[in-house]
Amino acid sequence: MKATSRAFKANARQALGDANLQRAMVNLRTGFAERRAHAVAQLPEWEELRAQGVAIKKDALAHLDFYLEAFEQKVIANGGQVHWCRDAAEANETVLAICRRLGAKTVTKGKSMIGEEMGVNDYLEANGVTPVETDLGEYIIQIRHEPPSHIIAPAVHLVKEQIAQSFRATHRDLDTSRPLDDSRQMCDEARAVLRPRFLAADVGITGANFLIAETGSSIIVTNEGNGDLTQTLPKAHIVLASLEKVVPTLEDAATILRLLARSATGQEFSAYTTVSTGPRRLDDADGPDEYHVVLLDNGRSALLGGEFEDMLRCIRCAACLNHCPVYRAIGGQSYGWVYPGPMGSVLTPSLLGVETAGNLPNASTFCGQCESVCPMKIPLPKMMRHWREREFQRHLPPRAYRLGLAVWAFFARQPALYRIAADLGARFLGAIGHGRGRFRALPFAAGWTRTRDMPAPEGHSFMSLWAARQAKRAAR
Amino acid sequence: MNGTRDQVLNSIRRALKRGPLAPEAAAACETRLVTHRRNLIPARARTLPPRGQIELFVKMAETVNATVARVKRADDVPAAITDYLSRLNLPAQLVRAPDPVLDALPWNERPLLETRRGVVADTDPVGVTACFAAIAETGTLMLHSGAAGPTRNNFLPDTHIVMVRASQVVAAYEDGWDRLRAARSRDGAFAMPRTVNFITGPSRTADIEQKIELGAHGPRRLHIVLIDDGEAA
Repeated sequence: MKATSRAFKANARQALGDANLQRAMVNLRTGFAERRAHAVAQLPEWEELRAQGVAIKKDALAHLDFYLEAFEQKVIANGGQVHWCRDAAEANETVLAICRRLGAKTVTKGKSMIGEEMGVNDYLEANGVTPVETDLGEYIIQIRHEPPSHIIAPAVHLVKEQIAQSFRATHRDLDTSRPLDDSRQMCDEARAVLRPRFLAADVGITGANFLIAETGSSIIVTNEGNGDLTQTLPKAHIVLASLEKVVPTLEDAATILRLLARSATGQEFSAYTTVSTGPRRLDDADGPDEYHVVLLDNGRSALLGGEFEDMLRCIRCAACLNHCPVYRAIGGQSYGWVYPGPMGSVLTPSLLGVETAGNLPNASTFCGQCESVCPMKIPLPKMMRHWREREFQRHLPPRAYRLGLAVWAFFARQPALYRIAADLGARFLGAIGHGRGRFRALPFAAGWTRTRDMPAPEGHSFMSLWAARQAKRAAR
Repeated sequence: MNGTRDQVLNSIRRALKRGPLAPEAAAACETRLVTHRRNLIPARARTLPPRGQIELFVKMAETVNATVARVKRADDVPAAITDYLSRLNLPAQLVRAPDPVLDALPWNERPLLETRRGVVADTDPVGVTACFAAIAETGTLMLHSGAAGPTRNNFLPDTHIVMVRASQVVAAYEDGWDRLRAARSRDGAFAMPRTVNFITGPSRTADIEQKIELGAHGPRRLHIVLIDDGEAA
């Protein structure tokens, strides 16, 4: 997927003016955030589970090479294969080679963010294999040729009228006078359209929420059942997973699963949690003949041991998106790549470089909501600050911005001078703004005053008021 | 692909500033993998007596839109299924998984119920399966693949009916795993099934304007027939 993160500001401005998007984003507040709060309140052990989840992931990352090798051994022992890939190109080639060997014409897909990272759909399509997204949200954006706007609800930015329009434009063999007024009708239509695609697919591709070192299993968590049909019916099941998905045991996965659904959708448990291990056994009544895990690094190993390592604990629940005031205002597509919201603002510069994605860590008010709801306690604001520092060190922000910061830094390092300057500034602005009490426009501050007034200082700096107050006390 | 494998492993080790794990550290990780150490399990189900776990299982399953019918004996299951189908005006036509547990039920006593044994086809409206365990904590069914359990039977039919014995109800997912390990280990070697399905309510989606609709791609209805024969785990 081609990144448009450089155009973040223009994207965001456009999103703020998009009436459909703004209407759709209202649903996010009542949907995810309230349901999550309710689910968390039902579980008194929440904080302890969080702490244990963090400990499990830290252990897994500290011994990542060991657990991945153990995982691979178990996959092979169960008759499957692990394909180690350094980057998206290698992973795409691996997937295509399997499809070609099996003579695959169509491939069904469960929702996979790694698949989005790889751009696997475009790659397969360019090479003559038709990918069919089967998660309802992902199917909707596939037929609209759009990128996802949310990591668990890819079409959350759309209103139902837009979706109905896309269904009519795509499902041309259906009766044009059929009603498509509500989500029930559209859900039934998608079910009917996709069912034959499930049955016809030669290969099924899913992501993985976890890889289990103990058993060589991959786990997917879904609600629709599309992932299960995708991986059960075709000849081969291909799992796309990045390195950091591995945890030691089924018990460890159980602990994190208790955090995942509650954080994501506010469910106690998702409708389907499916543990897959190898291909069908000799006496199995059904199941795929082949099981492949495409194990992708794509920049993860470089994050280990550094200041962004904590990000590798992310379980992609999207709680940080759902609670972010910036995300809720502009939606996910403004961020310009696969991962939006606070987790994207940390991960995207890590994977694409701060030159491309430097705008993202700046798009935060640092309100801290993301970190407080993160089940894995990832210090997202702190890491966004790290990215801002790196961006500054590399001279990437605009000249005026850097100059302003340099001026401020000069005074900030010399407290005496800072105090004099602040006092002078307060007096000056206080004197000229005295009558009205606020400014409609100020030089160098148009960004602020374009949309709101700047309150005028009352003529004294804090330090001078404080000194006066202390002097008064001493005199008493 | 071996070259790539080593390159990935090497870049992990480089980032962690070490070579392959020292023998003691590797042994500690290995121990972690084979001892199945439990983490915190919420008190909700764990602290209940078996009877309480059964009641919690039913309550949690109903919360997520499953329906539950209780019968006294396994022999009552075909009648309970017939009643359920007729009450909802569904076709009296079902496919049961090729499971000896289901074979043992008196299907012949219900002549109006059309039953077939085997793997479901796309057009079969009702699938009946047994299960391996039922998790009280969240009202979750645990099923696994095998000769007796085609996975597609859990997903293709519009209506999925699952037979659960009271003695199959356990508190937590971890209890389900322990039972599976016990049931499928020979000479210390555990044979993991190809697929283990944890099913909590019928298929659902909220992908259109966050409105929850049941029956996205999997079953629209999940009906549980609980054999409450007074025996608990």
